Amino acid sequence: MSAPALPSLTRVYGTRARVELREFFRQRESVVFTLAFPVLLLLALGAVLDYDLGAGVGFPQYFMAGVITAGIVGASLQNMAIHIAGERSDGTLKSLAGTPMPASAYFAGKVVQVLAVAVATIVLLLGVGVLVYGIDLPSGGDWLTFAWVSVLGAAACTLLGIAVSTLCRTGRSASATVTPIALVLEFVSGVFLPFDQVPGWLQDVAAVFPVKWLAQGLRSVFLPDALAAQEPAGSWELGRVALVLGAWCVLGLVLCVLTFRWQDRDTR
Amino acid sequence: MVADGRPRPGDPLDPDAAISVRGLVKRYGDRTAVDGLDLDIRRGEIFALLGPNGAGKTTTVEVLEGYRRRDGGEVRVLGVDPARGGRRWKAELGIVLQSGAGDSQLSVRELLEARASYYADPRDPGEVLELVGLTERAGARGRTLSGGQRRRLDVALGIVGRPRLLFLDEPTTGFDPEARRQFWALIRSLRDLGTTMLLTTHYLDEAEALADRVGVLARGQLAEVAVPTALGGRGSAPAVVSWTEDGARRTAETATPTAFVRDLAARFPGEVPDLAVSRPTLEDVYLKMIGGPDE
Ligand SMILES: Nc1ncnc2c1ncn2[C@@H]1O[C@H](COP(=O)(O)OP(=O)(O)OP(=O)(O)O)[C@@H](O)[C@H]1O
Ligand SMILES: [Mg+2]
Repeated sequence: MSAPALPSLTRVYGTRARVELREFFRQRESVVFTLAFPVLLLLALGAVLDYDLGAGVGFPQYFMAGVITAGIVGASLQNMAIHIAGERSDGTLKSLAGTPMPASAYFAGKVVQVLAVAVATIVLLLGVGVLVYGIDLPSGGDWLTFAWVSVLGAAACTLLGIAVSTLCRTGRSASATVTPIALVLEFVSGVFLPFDQVPGWLQDVAAVFPVKWLAQGLRSVFLPDALAAQEPAGSWELGRVALVLGAWCVLGLVLCVLTFRWQDRDTR
Repeated sequence: MVADGRPRPGDPLDPDAAISVRGLVKRYGDRTAVDGLDLDIRRGEIFALLGPNGAGKTTTVEVLEGYRRRDGGEVRVLGVDPARGGRRWKAELGIVLQSGAGDSQLSVRELLEARASYYADPRDPGEVLELVGLTERAGARGRTLSGGQRRRLDVALGIVGRPRLLFLDEPTTGFDPEARRQFWALIRSLRDLGTTMLLTTHYLDEAEALADRVGVLARGQLAEVAVPTALGGRGSAPAVVSWTEDGARRTAETATPTAFVRDLAARFPGEVPDLAVSRPTLEDVYLKMIGGPDE
């Protein structure tokens, strides 16, 4: 008896993409937390802080890069860590592992989810930025930089999020662990305030992590080149942004491959 | 092979069996949960694994499903070592875990459709919903189902891939009596299609109604394997005949109940009042076997 062929990878990837989009957008808390949080942040901080960064750039224009960084980190790092930890502790992953679904399809679904959530967040933020604060949208080649920096940053943070999910026992403990870490990283990476106001040694700490490079790459998109002088290196360092984010992707991937589990460690 | 179809320790693995286990050992730390299990389950057979809480049923089943690593022994499931089972192998299995299938925002129907799409030749999700009696709740999200409905969803997810071998770890926990009967009918229809099933349960009537053979697991070892009617020497145990005579309840133990009742019938002009003939129930022999309350 020859068994009929298993469904094609594209078909299963398609299923997983649909499943992940529904799982995310139907869960009110995750939508509010991930999508609305950066928007509220933009509205709140944009209303409170209003100083001139030089070269005629106001705080909202500066903050666009920061709040989009926060949006991408939320859609990737926090979203992955919290929801995969939840899926592991409630048995969803274990159940999937008992089916012929290829593991790659699970991750493909997550990638589609992250991309969709990140794009939705960015579009929302740009819309609010333009309508409420009249920020200048990127022009010409800046869009390309915007795209690759976002994709590379999201990829690194997604992989890290998946790796971190393995350290946390439940979705709730993942949330309690990852949310403060993300906030601190964002703070020292110049997301909420101009990076040159962060103390030098903290800048050095931040430079180890991907968030600072994501934020820096996005600043190059939203700020005039005159402001590059305020960066620690005196330039946007886009080459280094690509290098560090790429290195984090590799490290994240290695961590995922080494640590990923389909069930709680203590149920094996 | 001995009469109960049970391999002896040291027998070679049976290549024709759906499941073949020799000397299976599983430890958690210094506690041994399964301690040298030998078992063959034929293709097309329904095998029920009984045993008290903590006996090692789930541990055994999850080793066979490939979820847990064994510490000793040899295992073949559909000819494959579960520790190395790939996609093709998993496509032949249906798994209903004791712990259920997790939480989701998807509706019952969407969950089934997604699951079906992983398999080569799945059952129609609508038909499966009908089979487990969830058609009316097809649009509901998993979290809004009642406990028993959730369990039916687990069963539905387990069978939608048209498995050749179906694992059911306490599948009917929380089922109401009617749902349980409906589930029995479902299992029988799957058997008629040639599906092999390994079932664990605490409901002895369920094991008796469904299983070709039952195995009693106690303290990590198989105490006995038998057809349900013969477990614990039940088939040849003395029968108890009881009736009412001269206004009093009489009982007698006999090895030849047919002859006894014939004689009894001769003493009465018509029906023997309140006549009953009984053998030890599965529950009686089971409790005795696992060292139940009487011992
Ligand atoms: N992941 C684990 N880590 C440590 N000990 C475990 C683990 N899983 C099971 N055990 C222990 O192994 C023994 C067998 O457990 P198992 O779950 O196989 O029993 P069971 O027969 O399925 O019981 P039940 O009828 O309650 O489902 C128990 O003593 C249990 O405490
Ligand atoms: Mg169990």
